[in-house]
Amino acid sequence: MASVADTPPSQPLADTVVAPPPGRVYYRHRVVTRICHWINVLCIGFLIASGLNIFNAHPALYWGQYGANNDDARRWFEIGASSKADGTPIGMTRVGPVTVNTTGILGLAKGTDGQQLAQGFPEWATFPTNRDLATARRWHFFFAWLFILNGLTYLIYGLVTRHLQDDVWPRLKQLAPANIWHDIVEHAKLKFPRGENDKEYHILQRLAYAGTVFVILPLMVLTGLSMSPGFDAAAHGFLPQLFGGRSSARSIHFIVMDLTIAFIIVHVAMVVLSGPIHQLRSMITGWYDTGKERRP
Amino acid sequence: MTVLTRRSLIGVGAGGLLLSSCDKLSNSVGANDFVAKAQSATYGWQRLVGRQALAQEFTAADISPVFKPNGSTNPKDDDYRRHVDEGFANWKLKIDGLVRKPISLSLADLRALPARTQITRHDCVEGWSAIGQWTGPQLGPLLKAAGLLPTAKYIVFHCADNYGGEISKGGAQSTGRYYESIDLIDAFHPQTIIAHTMRGQPLDVAHGAPCRMRIERQLGYKQAKYVMRIEAVDSFAKMELGKGGYWEDRGYEWYAGI
Repeated sequence: MASVADTPPSQPLADTVVAPPPGRVYYRHRVVTRICHWINVLCIGFLIASGLNIFNAHPALYWGQYGANNDDARRWFEIGASSKADGTPIGMTRVGPVTVNTTGILGLAKGTDGQQLAQGFPEWATFPTNRDLATARRWHFFFAWLFILNGLTYLIYGLVTRHLQDDVWPRLKQLAPANIWHDIVEHAKLKFPRGENDKEYHILQRLAYAGTVFVILPLMVLTGLSMSPGFDAAAHGFLPQLFGGRSSARSIHFIVMDLTIAFIIVHVAMVVLSGPIHQLRSMITGWYDTGKERRP
Repeated sequence: MTVLTRRSLIGVGAGGLLLSSCDKLSNSVGANDFVAKAQSATYGWQRLVGRQALAQEFTAADISPVFKPNGSTNPKDDDYRRHVDEGFANWKLKIDGLVRKPISLSLADLRALPARTQITRHDCVEGWSAIGQWTGPQLGPLLKAAGLLPTAKYIVFHCADNYGGEISKGGAQSTGRYYESIDLIDAFHPQTIIAHTMRGQPLDVAHGAPCRMRIERQLGYKQAKYVMRIEAVDSFAKMELGKGGYWEDRGYEWYAGI
């Protein structure tokens, strides 16, 4: 067994151990893409956590131009606390006609001090951890600005270098139902393309990335801006009317936040299942190891 | 079993570490001051793209059936109670500070002024919205009549209600009296009115009788109720906790256009 001392000093240990044969490794992510990706991770993390804290100030959603405590017919989502017949407090979440007991997670959960706390989202999920609308807003808007500037950098760079057109936008031939179905089956079996087939994104990746980049995140920005009375005036009523009113825009902002969380869960799960080392390394160094070809 | 326990311990430990790091970050004065800089970006950008833009106006059919009263809804302050009991007969609205000719208006004077009626959306910082109809004189012409001095930079609204609440950050003392302030762009904005009438009825106590501000491009906490005095100033640094408003003194943004 080789000891560490046997490694030539000019070569870092990790490179010696994992350096794949030529042809398997290619430069997948340019430095701008990688920097934008990690800034985005930071932004979305803070935006979601501070957004949940903001939401806790009025944990209800409405459809239409307006919505407040008395507008029962417009309220389609709410988180609250109530109590059972015997007086035991419970947390409740209502989506449309369906009310679910969400004690322990939503409405009523253990705070960071271990005591039961009646509020929308639990303290462990919010930034700051304690309910503090003013602080949460301050951080939310800082990261919203960073998120928008970072996102514009990514979009402009991606369009100019054709990264978005060539690598992210779904190819027409990939959209064949047979190909999509094949990709779904392979994913369900946790068999991910490797080797030559892994030198470009397959259709499910492209749909997920393009959907996030071109639909979900732009909707997030537009619905967010729709909640700003100053921006609404500047936009001459285009926002929030595009979404059917400010209360609708706030609802959609919340829904696209849920979709973003769903994307993050699937994205991270795929990274972990398909090989977290080479996936993470490529988003840090840019170099992606396609690995050995899989036998069919 | 041992591995599971160790792993769950590491999990809890990492989670705890993350939470306590977040607490350190959200409590850090330096970090908060840094992220607060985004407010200037928002203010600058909105003044650049929509300096004179009007807030959207709605139709009578869009009005909220119940306009939620918020903040003080029934001030207990002695002077204010006396005005309520007298039907605001002896109430006066003062416009003073950095002006050449201070103005004092009775409620009858205020009602006799040319008025603007507008149906607008009120957005509370908490997240709810309500649409209401407001009538009252524009603030701009009144400031012109009072002869605003060139040194005036902000307009402060002093209110009758003591909203109380948390006191003092950094040693300064706040009386808890409600006040608000805006820049001259909003002060002279055509939709900035001193509303004495709501949906055709005299403004009720819950909504700020006898008059409240409507500053339609900003959030609800800017819409000062129970306004007693309108003061032109060059700075609000010496007022209460120095941030330009009751909620601003408690951490909220001075520019509430977002």
